[in-house]
Amino acid sequence: MALRALALVLGALLVLLLGLPLLSLLLRIPSGDLVARLRDPLILQALRLSLLTSFAATVIVATLGLPVAYLLATGEFRGKRVLEAFIDLPMVLPPTVAGVALLTAFGRTGLAGQALSALGITLPFTTLGVVVAQAFVAAPFFVGAARAGFAEVDRKYLDAAATLRAAPGYTFLRVLVPLAAPSLFAGAAMSWARALGEFGATITFAGNMPGVTQTMPLAVYLALQSDLDAAVALSVLLLLVSLTVLLSIRLTPSRLAALAARARRAPR
Amino acid sequence: MLDARLVKRRDAFALDVAFEAPAGGTTVVVGESGAGKTSVLRLLAGLDRLDDGNVTLDGVPYADVASGLHVPAWQRDIGYVAQDHSLFPHLSVYENVAFGLRAGGTAARRIQQMVDEALGLVGIPELAGRMPRRLSGGQQQRAALARALVLGPRVLLLDEPLSSLDIQTRRVVRVELRGLLQRLPCVTIYVTHSPIEALVFGDRVVVLDNGRVAQAGSREELLRHPRSPFVAELIGTNLFIGRAGQWGSAAAGSIRTPEGTVAIEESSGPGTVYLTVSPREIMLSRTLPEGSPQNVFAGTVLELIPEAPGGERVRVVLDTKPALVAEVTPEAVTALGLHEGVQVYAAFKATGVHRYT
Repeated sequence: MALRALALVLGALLVLLLGLPLLSLLLRIPSGDLVARLRDPLILQALRLSLLTSFAATVIVATLGLPVAYLLATGEFRGKRVLEAFIDLPMVLPPTVAGVALLTAFGRTGLAGQALSALGITLPFTTLGVVVAQAFVAAPFFVGAARAGFAEVDRKYLDAAATLRAAPGYTFLRVLVPLAAPSLFAGAAMSWARALGEFGATITFAGNMPGVTQTMPLAVYLALQSDLDAAVALSVLLLLVSLTVLLSIRLTPSRLAALAARARRAPR
Repeated sequence: MLDARLVKRRDAFALDVAFEAPAGGTTVVVGESGAGKTSVLRLLAGLDRLDDGNVTLDGVPYADVASGLHVPAWQRDIGYVAQDHSLFPHLSVYENVAFGLRAGGTAARRIQQMVDEALGLVGIPELAGRMPRRLSGGQQQRAALARALVLGPRVLLLDEPLSSLDIQTRRVVRVELRGLLQRLPCVTIYVTHSPIEALVFGDRVVVLDNGRVAQAGSREELLRHPRSPFVAELIGTNLFIGRAGQWGSAAAGSIRTPEGTVAIEESSGPGTVYLTVSPREIMLSRTLPEGSPQNVFAGTVLELIPEAPGGERVRVVLDTKPALVAEVTPEAVTALGLHEGVQVYAAFKATGVHRYT
């Protein structure tokens, strides 16, 4: 009984720790002019930039991450453990360290930076740099989820496809990906949310230029210096976006699957 | 004609079988669970790699370990219906059946017609729009069969097609499946643990015992001339393997087996002799029988097994030497007071012995 009571108290403290800041954020919403503040061109600019870059980062992460996730889920090869740890690294790396690392790689004098600038591509302090920083920190979220999703798909369906004369590529696209779709969707949503919230790597690697590299989290931080109400308004907006993503992950896969199934019914 | 020698080693288990299967007939591979039946199918389909041996279809090799050839499963003209059917859960029945056609690049306008035909062939045209999880076991079975047949494979592999069905459905599907398989022009390999299915479906039967072929031949050959204790047990008869005259003192008209001597009607030539005695020919008694039976063996009852379907007959397993199984009526069981551990005499006439070499 005492143990149970202790567990309850600890749990309640955790809920409080997580919930109280969010609750007080909602309580601090400036009365009436929230919508007006969000119409501020600077904020709209930041919002547009955030949506654009986080979406682009998610597409890149999903495209590059799909084959790696497949390899990790189905293959056995030398150095698999090392590759796993390497891909998970951005998750535990302090984002500012990631930013510095990106600078040393893609900066004007960096390893790859020189080659890129010869091609006329500049990453640091550009919108493209923001995308790269976001992709860097968001990649493990997608690869992890996709890998788990692929591993969960029963091999018997891949065997069945092979005996129906489907080439491995066809099986991947028509059997493995659809069956792992809920996990892929969740992974994409998680990495999108991570990209949307990216702050440290972005400000280190891409700077804080309105309209070019100033994303929502950066705008929140900047607004805090001068106008608490504006910072709160932006924060609430980001909170709502995050909540929507999380809820959609929790609630939609099964409903999505049902919808997809209905859409795939034979045309008759 | 499918020609295969399959060798696969896995930990303590070793599969080493060779057999042929002609087109236009069903070859049943029968054996107990763990005998290597599913391994045989997976190796033929190309889902697993051979450790040794080869697979040849109509003279064209699919796999040959000696030359390092392994045609991957998706390039083999072999259809495979897995034991649990493995219908794609995210696709409707129609799309499941169309899957192989689309993968192979069949013209879109032909797909609808071919799928409709295949679903008609297995008798479920009305289920085209259903999702697999909303199908009964029997319906899944038919959909999986249609999915394999629509590609017109030259070899059809069926892994325990009836085992996931309830008994009532099984009886219906068995009759239909038998009719369907008889009309197919391809090589059909049918794997089962059930001796009944082996005899119903098998034009040819390959009996698998612990990774080896115990016996292979036509259904009639197997029923009339079982050649190993395993096959005899499978078809439910008593088998003795012995020799005449080899042990010297055996009188004419008797066969000596390692476990005991069996009297037969006429003397036999030299060499190995097989004897079968139907369990129904064996009479049981609590006291030493008098009169005509030449063969009397004493022993205790090991087991009483009521025969399906209704227990109208009871199989009595004895520890006599040689070991015998008798089949009697439940009334006889009561009258004789048979139960495990009871001492009995088992007797059969020399005329009840079927002899072959």
